[in-house]
Amino acid sequence: MSTETGRVVEARLGPVEQIPLGEGRAFLVGDEPVAVFRPRSGGLHALRAICPHRGGPLADGLTDGEVVVCPLHQHQFSLTDGSCATGAPDATAYSAREEDGELVVRLR
Amino acid sequence: MRRLVVVGNGMSGARALEEILARGGDEQFAITVFGDEPYGNYNRILLSEVLANAADEAVDDDDADDLYLNPLDWYDENGITLHAGVRIVRIDRHAKVVLGDDGSVTPYDVLVLATGSRSFFPPMEGMWASNTELTRGVFGFRSLDDATNMLRHVQGRHSAVVIGGGLLGLEAAAGLQAHGVAVHVVHPTEVLMNQQLEAEASKVLRSKLEQMGMHLHLGVKTNEILTSDGSVSGVRFTDGSELACDMVVVTAGIRPNIGLAMVSGLETQRAIVVDDTMRSVDDDAIFAVGECAQHRGEVYGVVGPLWEQAAVLADVVTGADPHAEYHGSRLATKLKVAGVDVAQMGVKAPERESDEFVQFSETGRGVYQTVVIRDGTLIGATLVGDVSKVAALTQAFDSRSALPEERVRLLFDLGAAGDASAAADLPDDTQICHCNGVSKGDLVACVEHGAESVSACMTQTRASKGCGSCKGLVKEVVEAALGGAGAEDPADSYYVPGIPLDKPTLMREIRERGLRSVSAVFAALAPDGNEHVGSKMGLTALLRMMWPDEFVDERDGRFINDRVHANIQRDGTFSVVPRMSGGVTDAAQLRRIADVAEKHDIPMIKLTGGQRIDLLGVPKEKLQEVWRDLDMPSGWAYGKSFRTVKTCVGTDFCRFGLGDSTRLGIDLEERYKGIEGPAKMKLAVSGCPRNCAESMVKDVGLVAVEGRPGGSTQWQIYVGGAAGATVRKGDVLATVDTHADALRLTGRFLQYYRENANWLERTYDFVPRMGLDHIIGVVVDDTEGIAAELDARMQESVDRYADPWATDQVDRTPGQFHDALPLVPLPQVPVRGAAR
Ligand code: SRM
Ligand SMILES: Cc1cc2nc3c(=O)[nH]c(=O)nc-3n(C[C@H](O)[C@H](O)[C@H](O)COP(=O)(O)OP(=O)(O)OC[C@H]3O[C@@H](n4cnc5c(N)ncnc54)[C@H](O)[C@@H]3O)c2cc1C
Ligand code: SF4
Ligand code: FES
Repeated sequence: MSTETGRVVEARLGPVEQIPLGEGRAFLVGDEPVAVFRPRSGGLHALRAICPHRGGPLADGLTDGEVVVCPLHQHQFSLTDGSCATGAPDATAYSAREEDGELVVRLR
Repeated sequence: MRRLVVVGNGMSGARALEEILARGGDEQFAITVFGDEPYGNYNRILLSEVLANAADEAVDDDDADDLYLNPLDWYDENGITLHAGVRIVRIDRHAKVVLGDDGSVTPYDVLVLATGSRSFFPPMEGMWASNTELTRGVFGFRSLDDATNMLRHVQGRHSAVVIGGGLLGLEAAAGLQAHGVAVHVVHPTEVLMNQQLEAEASKVLRSKLEQMGMHLHLGVKTNEILTSDGSVSGVRFTDGSELACDMVVVTAGIRPNIGLAMVSGLETQRAIVVDDTMRSVDDDAIFAVGECAQHRGEVYGVVGPLWEQAAVLADVVTGADPHAEYHGSRLATKLKVAGVDVAQMGVKAPERESDEFVQFSETGRGVYQTVVIRDGTLIGATLVGDVSKVAALTQAFDSRSALPEERVRLLFDLGAAGDASAAADLPDDTQICHCNGVSKGDLVACVEHGAESVSACMTQTRASKGCGSCKGLVKEVVEAALGGAGAEDPADSYYVPGIPLDKPTLMREIRERGLRSVSAVFAALAPDGNEHVGSKMGLTALLRMMWPDEFVDERDGRFINDRVHANIQRDGTFSVVPRMSGGVTDAAQLRRIADVAEKHDIPMIKLTGGQRIDLLGVPKEKLQEVWRDLDMPSGWAYGKSFRTVKTCVGTDFCRFGLGDSTRLGIDLEERYKGIEGPAKMKLAVSGCPRNCAESMVKDVGLVAVEGRPGGSTQWQIYVGGAAGATVRKGDVLATVDTHADALRLTGRFLQYYRENANWLERTYDFVPRMGLDHIIGVVVDDTEGIAAELDARMQESVDRYADPWATDQVDRTPGQFHDALPLVPLPQVPVRGAAR
């Protein structure tokens, strides 16, 4: 875990398999809640876990590798940049990657 | 001056402009129009004619006057800036500018989106030469370029295949036939033009088209376009047979152009969602009109409704009537399909037992006519081959006016009542030309202002300058009457949006290819094999139904409710509704529920409308514990599944009870609990016709009735009832003698519904769509010989049932009950103590 002026910017969160293929799970990076998605099409994506619309749990949303759909009111957010295609404010996007089978999330 | 920008210079964009100008909009706005077709505004409907004419003819001089709705100098005269050939690629809603593909940035105060639709090309081997280019010899049929390209290609060719036998397909086929090529129309169902016509009417049309030399391949699906040297050489059908040809026209439906709205953050579903003022629901400065607009769930594919929308939009935008509202259109379609007159309005066939149905068929002459009457009002009519009565019928349909006692007079003039009087008798506001929205009054006014000929009236009002099918009537009206629109509805037939197949085809493909998981279905059947988020739930439900045993369960194909077997709440917590079959409980159960609620600080305990008890506000990570402590089975209040059976007290206690409604309700619920389907299934059983359990407004509702004299109590089974977002009284499926028959028929109906209903289609839509008679035929009388199979497949689902709450105690996926909102204190729902 590396820090910058005390704030956590990057965290190793354990094995990637904590997230079943095609789903998302929520983690804490410092005190930032982050939803990490592991699409079937490959790669890892991270967004702030709290839906910018009305606080829904994005990690519980369905995803197809392109977007995640918030389970509360079905707004859709791009997994790559958090942009909302359905009229809600954009979500904050973070970066996630796999290193030696471990999940690494970085806040940017 | 305020700036008005219109994106899309098609039929509705231009119409909106005309309406705005007519309300003095040019005084209020500086107007700019973008159209990505390099032309002025033309009449898309006439493309059928363009195609039927010799190459290039229609696009020059005389005919061009007809084809173009507004010549280029019209834009000049009205001070409108036209950018033809420029495509708008993004709307910056904060800066209020539109960005063009030519690099232009244009500010707006009011923006109108009229982007229309495009042809839909089903995914098929051989269709595309590159990502953007169709294989040489493959065409869509939407734009002037499509038509002129086809005209160029058809010269010297021998045969053409048209994929899709809807209105557009038949128009394309007739057009190509005029060029001397042999035309084959391939259509996936037995019913040509199934959007507009029911089977009988379609059959008559079919024999007429065959007489005209068209080759029809019905119930056949194309799955590959064959090529040689980069050009089309034929098509291959799903049964493996092939047909050689040197061009292919794809008319398999249309899709609204909503990409621009989507990237710009406007709410889109099937199209851009607008309110009753045609305004986007997200942005007060943006309106949508035409085929790209979705109003109250409807997306229209014919021009009639677009004219009504354009008028409302203009009223609102110019302030001429700021309270104007559009309330949707009833569709009356009149067309000339490949030379055959067809008119259709309202329902295609009777839907209820009490509907009157008048049917006339004269196959030899190619004439088929029906009318459907409900409670003395005309609710539908279909005319093929002879449409002489369409004016009077449309009038009766639109105004819901009184009908002649002798219904047959609707179709024929018996004795006295002369035809000629029909046009003269029509009220002034009767719409004559649906394409251009011209009423009888408009035509009469024309004559009063000195127009002396039919053609003068046509020129001034543009009546019959659309599809032309109303020419005869316009003539009678300059004399008076009505006209028609027609066309293609977007192919809404897909079971889920991400896979371009209707349910029967999708099920066939899944079965034939042995696809047992959602990801396998996407890989095999989705365009480019891409997953589609909005299709996952529907596919999961379908696969679970189809493969009760062998379904490969991928949790990411389920909605969160179905992953954790509880209903998500507004704060991310869940509700827990245990099963209480038939709404019957006991003291021990109530005590246990009370203990659990106390132990887990349940914020609200509530009696549901489904006769059980809801524990609300349970955080995800506590669900398993709550279930374990409850030790009751799941009530499935979260799924697209069999929910509850409401019952009344029936014979046990009620002094009126005829049948043991409580017992039957419990037995039904225990047998069919949790069975998944395309949507929720809610049942009720009442012990007598007082109907305390509200059986007539349930997906399946049973009512005990007095049996035949000497016989015992019978059960009347209602299906397709509803009292939620829609209210509908159920229809009687059957009246049966025994408890066992009631259980069996209920299951058989539900299985038929599971196999044939569209995703999210409740029985209240399913029953009228299939037709009650048809359902009775299949489910009760076994006309299709599948009753035993339906029973067996339902039995299989019943046998495979496992309580999800119990299963989850032993078998869970990583992090299945993991907190999804860490650090957010839950629950945030208000905690309601008992009323004190
Ligand atoms: C709990 C309950 C209200 C109550 O406190 O009584 C309820 C609660 C909800 N209903 Fe309902 N409905 C409840 C009985 C009904 C009934 C009455 C009945 O079942 O007898 C109806 C009318 C009958 C019907 O289904 O048509 C009803 C018609 C709806 C509808 C409209 C469905 C329709 O097509 O007309 C929806 C919306 C939907 O399904 O998309 C809906 C949706 C919902 C949802 C799931 C909202 C949602 O989409 O998240 C609510 C979930 C709250 C939760 O967490 O439990 N609920 N809902 C009732 C649960 C009954 C049960 O024990 O299972
Ligand atoms: C061959 C044929 C026959 C038909 N026959 C009938 C009939 O008999 N009766 C009937 O009622 N209907 C008929 N229709 C349907 C009718 O033509 C349509 O309902 C009508 O044209 C829809 O109008 P619209 O303005 O919504 O869309 P369109 O007319 O398609 O106009 C949309 C325009 O917007 C442009 N555009 C899209 N996106 C952008 C962008 N981002 N930037 C700039 N421009 C853009 C498109 O290029 C197009 O020119 C027929 C259609 C066809 C193709
Ligand atoms: S339905 Fe009839 S029998 Fe049942 S409770 Fe109501 S009145 Fe009594
Ligand atoms: S809270 Fe996510 S869409 Fe409303």
